Amino acid sequence: MDFFFIITSLLKIVGILFVVILPMVSYAVYAERRVSAFIQDRLGPNRVGPAGLFQPIADMFKLLLKEDFTPRAANTFYYWLAPCLAVMPAIITIAVVPFGSTLFGVPMVIADVNVGILFVFAIASLGVYGIVIGGWASNSKYPFLGGIRSSAQMLSYELSLGLAVVPVFMVVGNLRLTSVVLYQIGHGWFIAPFVGDWMNPWKWLLAVPMLISFFVFMIAVFAETNRLPFDLPEAEQELAGGYNTEYSSMKFALYFLGEYAAMITGSAVIVTLFFGGWHFPGIPDGSHGWIFGLINIAVFFTKVAAVIFVFMWVRWTLPRFRYDQLMRLGWLFFFEIALVNIFLVAAILPYSSRL
Amino acid sequence: MSEPNTPMFNVQIDGVWHQFPKGTRVIEACEQAGSYVPRYCYHKKLSSPGNCRMCLIEMGFPRLGPDRKPELGAGGKPIINWIPRPQISCAQDVSEGMAVRTNSPLVKECQRGVMEFLLINHPLDCPICDQAGECRLQEFSVDFGNSKSRFLENKVKKPKNIVLGPRVTLDDERCILCSRCIRFCQEIAHDDVLGFVDRGSYTVLTAHPGKRLEDNYSLNTVDICPVGALTSTDFRFKMRVWFLKETKSICTSCATGCNTIIGTREDVIYRQTPRENDHVNSCWMCDYGRLNFKFLEAENRLLELQIRSNGKLVAADWPAAIAQAALQLKQVTANEIAIVASGRMTNEELWLTSQLAKSLGVQMIDIVPRREPGDDILLSEDRNPNTNGARLVLGSTSEPGAKLMAIAEAVKSGQIKALVMLKENTMHLGISVEQLAQLPVFIVMNILSNEATEKATVVLPACGFAEKHGSMINGKGRLQRLNRAVRPPGKARDDWEILRDLLQAVGGGDSLSSIDDVFRRISETIPHFAGLTLSKIGDLGVHILEMEELPPTHPSDEKAIEQAVAIQARRRAVGQQVHEARKALGVAID
Amino acid sequence: MAVTVPRPRLNWRERLYLPAIVAGLAITFKHFKNMLLGRTKVTMQYPEQKWDSSLPDHYRGAPALVRDEDGRVRCVACQLCEFICPPRAIKIISGEIPSADRFAKVEKFPEAFDIDMIRCIFCGMCEEVCPEQAIFLRKDYAITGFTRADMVHHKEKLLEIGGVMHGVVLKWNEKK
Repeated sequence: MDFFFIITSLLKIVGILFVVILPMVSYAVYAERRVSAFIQDRLGPNRVGPAGLFQPIADMFKLLLKEDFTPRAANTFYYWLAPCLAVMPAIITIAVVPFGSTLFGVPMVIADVNVGILFVFAIASLGVYGIVIGGWASNSKYPFLGGIRSSAQMLSYELSLGLAVVPVFMVVGNLRLTSVVLYQIGHGWFIAPFVGDWMNPWKWLLAVPMLISFFVFMIAVFAETNRLPFDLPEAEQELAGGYNTEYSSMKFALYFLGEYAAMITGSAVIVTLFFGGWHFPGIPDGSHGWIFGLINIAVFFTKVAAVIFVFMWVRWTLPRFRYDQLMRLGWLFFFEIALVNIFLVAAILPYSSRL
Repeated sequence: MSEPNTPMFNVQIDGVWHQFPKGTRVIEACEQAGSYVPRYCYHKKLSSPGNCRMCLIEMGFPRLGPDRKPELGAGGKPIINWIPRPQISCAQDVSEGMAVRTNSPLVKECQRGVMEFLLINHPLDCPICDQAGECRLQEFSVDFGNSKSRFLENKVKKPKNIVLGPRVTLDDERCILCSRCIRFCQEIAHDDVLGFVDRGSYTVLTAHPGKRLEDNYSLNTVDICPVGALTSTDFRFKMRVWFLKETKSICTSCATGCNTIIGTREDVIYRQTPRENDHVNSCWMCDYGRLNFKFLEAENRLLELQIRSNGKLVAADWPAAIAQAALQLKQVTANEIAIVASGRMTNEELWLTSQLAKSLGVQMIDIVPRREPGDDILLSEDRNPNTNGARLVLGSTSEPGAKLMAIAEAVKSGQIKALVMLKENTMHLGISVEQLAQLPVFIVMNILSNEATEKATVVLPACGFAEKHGSMINGKGRLQRLNRAVRPPGKARDDWEILRDLLQAVGGGDSLSSIDDVFRRISETIPHFAGLTLSKIGDLGVHILEMEELPPTHPSDEKAIEQAVAIQARRRAVGQQVHEARKALGVAID
Repeated sequence: MAVTVPRPRLNWRERLYLPAIVAGLAITFKHFKNMLLGRTKVTMQYPEQKWDSSLPDHYRGAPALVRDEDGRVRCVACQLCEFICPPRAIKIISGEIPSADRFAKVEKFPEAFDIDMIRCIFCGMCEEVCPEQAIFLRKDYAITGFTRADMVHHKEKLLEIGGVMHGVVLKWNEKK
């Protein structure tokens, strides 16, 4: 049993990391460029391979072959450590997210811990260290300012992030992420209750705070992943690239990797919490055959891809916030909304006990 | 310019009254009054034949009343009676009450007409013409001419690319028959070789049969030619004049020190032209001095420093070479050192040399005299440009060159162990190469390599006249300034810097950081230089010595001009006689 | 003195910002969709598609030297182009045509004529200034090379690009 567990866990880790997440990261970069191009009436990278699909590979080779330059005044140890710190938390977070039902009886989640969401927050908030340390170790003013901005921003939005999802777990009554998915299979997706039992009016009433929850959480994830309109730490125009100004070659690529990996895990968490995870109406789970197990996984990542598209769409629509606006929005608006939202759900819950 | 008690005349130029001394040409008066009158044939140092008709102006004189007094109009100024036809301004002196219009409609019409006539047969080959860019025909065509030609007929063909002499090439199609070159040859060079033949449109400039334009002043005809008819064979097609950076300097080929403009582009010298200075060279210079700049780019130019090590000359850098030279000099006693400087060095360099000699205690110091036949125009017998400078600055008790044979004898006898040769070739002293090879210390600073430099223990590459700043005193005692036109090639370095470093290496010569510092020290120690600085010398120089030597004949000698005018009158008379004879015989005139 | 610019007063809908954000998202999505459906006309795909056929007559490509109908290199090395060239890309060494030559009347020709195409900015001043109609900007625009030396067009290359120019003024022929 233990042996089987270790083998399957390792297989899942290797599979999810090298078959899904890392290719997805590289293709997210490609997608970003294509989507941005399409939004701006351009074509984007279309030269390398069919429709430019080998562009990420070419980019990788380019980055590997570039001079790996360490500034003389930098603190070498932290300078080298920082990119790893940026990329690791983002990848670790995926461990507790259920990305499928079961395959050959094996649950498609790497670690089904009962403090799932806490684990997500705990690890995800470590991501800021990569940026702060990188900004400080570069010993250069722009990276330093980027690092400072990043830490302040992350701290501020961590709060809304945490509070926004409290209603979800109040409804589910469990911190395990698989439970959240199972609950949504039974009672409809949190932001779209019609998928489950749409006849229940209490259910519809609950959708209102859930929508609020979703929006606050989504926006907080934008801020946490340093994506536009909250990309102040790497504002090209003001900071010449922000915390990664002094980085080059693969270390620079790692920062990119970290950012996109964080985006993917953020999307995965959003899908899990609000969009029913791997569930799609009419498709049975993996216990009905391995083909359905695979389809469930595909459904999950399709949803993730859709959310990523929204990330990109927003990025190429909205301009960047000013720093005071960012802080005001986080502390004076989302924080309060999330707090009020908890009370709202708490007020609805007793009457919807029949759910 | 004028004698103190020359009478002054009131002249009205373009409506404004001015005063000019008697004898001023109207064309000069107009120029001084700020109204430039275009001219081709007129040159202020030559006689005025008035044959180009470009300087036409309107002229008038006060209307005289019955009492032979000028009638005064409104405002108390005399009323002018204008001459109905235009007059040439180059052949007339100002007179009392004269009035001149230089830009009236009539004058402008005349100028346009003259320009059109001059351009009728002009080949318009400016793209290949060396004069383009400094051509009067181009300039006046823009300023006073038409932009279009109305001439439809075939242009007259004339000889092109004629070799007039060893240094001058003639293109007759471009010639506008101003006769400046002819007059120059008669009046200045006293070598009457040029003249016009044929008539009307077919008139061409040519050398008299059996004669060539080969005197030492032939290239001045190229300078004064207002168009591209006479061109310098040396400068021909080398560089367009608009690329040339012009540096004011002086010629260093003889003691006259003609003022020059050095034309350079990107550190290459392309030509030297004379610069007007009535105290020295008027507007002229000799061909010998003018073309004497090629040695700066010679094959055997010294570009590298060399030190003798184990019997072989090896390359070195400046600090090492200077240190080596100083070390070698300190190894011998003062009596065993001789310094041979050059009359081609500037005052600053000579002063530093004298300081070097003083600090080493050297008595045997002199320059090499250089005497060759001169002429009575500009070329001086003394071919050293700065003999007077050496006389004043070098601090030698005897006349320049007096000790030289003693030095040579001492070297031959072996009494001298260390010889310092500055910008001179030892061969002038009659010392053989074998004897030089015996010298334990033989320091050479020079521009070109020769047999002597190969025997040196230290070779220091130095600068030529166009590569350095400095001052020289010419044969008439005038202090003049050299300016840097090009940067020295290779590792060659400014002479005064080399001497300064050497002086400092043997002890002395402190706080000399620029050539101005050196000059200041000279002006402090030598009374002739008192109160002067390099910048105060100015472009035209300052007279600081009263020399016994008579200055060469002034180039614009009135007598010569009179003689030339007489020659021309004689020629015209002969022509007239021939003409009348033909007429009498009933021969059709063309 | 500081000037306070009056800010427009926003109503509650505008203060909510959401309608504006949604409108913005709608606009960008419209562009995205049109692009995806191929409705948007985008730029030319350069190496596959070329615009050679639609180059205007006044197009300013690589400068080149031309010969005339008589086969004479029209340049007489007057160096006006060298003078006018804003980036100083042109370098000319002039020579004298030997008297036995068919065109000895012209006297002067360019022994060397180099245009550094790294420096050239295709401004066309050389063509404009040329008094001999000898230098023209042709339609060659893809000037490439592996080294800096490759990018210097020597006289032969310039004449090769330039070819023969018809209909220019033949001012050196013997008629005038």
